[in-house]
Amino acid sequence: MPATIRLQREPFDAAAETAVLTGGRTDIGAVVAFTGICRGAEDGAPIAALTLEHYPGMAEAEIARHVEEAQSRWALLGVTVIHRYGRITPGEPIVLVLAASSHRHDAFAAAEFLMDYLKARAPFWKQVEAAGSRSWVEAKQSDDSATERWQDAKPRRDAAE
Amino acid sequence: MTEPKTQQVKSVKLIYFAWVRERVGKPQEDIDLPAGIATVGDLMAWLAKRGDEYAYAFENPKIIRAAIDRAHVRPDATIAGAREIAFFPPMTGG
Repeated sequence: MPATIRLQREPFDAAAETAVLTGGRTDIGAVVAFTGICRGAEDGAPIAALTLEHYPGMAEAEIARHVEEAQSRWALLGVTVIHRYGRITPGEPIVLVLAASSHRHDAFAAAEFLMDYLKARAPFWKQVEAAGSRSWVEAKQSDDSATERWQDAKPRRDAAE
Repeated sequence: MTEPKTQQVKSVKLIYFAWVRERVGKPQEDIDLPAGIATVGDLMAWLAKRGDEYAYAFENPKIIRAAIDRAHVRPDATIAGAREIAFFPPMTGG
């Protein structure tokens, strides 16, 4: 199954990436596209930008491991993960997950699984730039909990539409 | 065939990210591991004694995450054979 994994500084076009994933194919019946976007405020305070630092080499490997895990759990026909790094201003996209399958359940579940893992396990760190100061975003306990719930979940490859 | 009793000095690359990098004051370094450092936790405790900047970076080792050769590991993981060990705060990607 084709999987596209990219880390890049540049913005991406979710619609164009979806067209690449589904182009020329008639087996795909569902594509779930999740785009994470930089908010203009954190806890009510306006921000100027986010800067994402990452661990080159490990980030790609860690995403690839979780894409393989998603492929083993659900009947996927295609996956795309694009994660940006560097300085990102409010309104710009940060991350894209596309999951394609024959029926919607597998695509929905795989996209959510991949996002939960990216949040808690992929080696990226966000720094907030606001009013001339910089601060590192603290990890949320809820992101760890979101990851843990998948650890008991059994693979569901027999899901009906 | 007999192994020498003195342990060979082993060099390893350390990489720091986010506020661990800022506190240590450098993104990476090669260090010679002294004998008796068996686990990731041992290594953090040893690093914390290398100077004020390290003491600050590793003042709360419970919240620092580690990776050996680009795979997540727990503090009790053995560092034998490691080429690259990274230390960083909990991740905030996505």
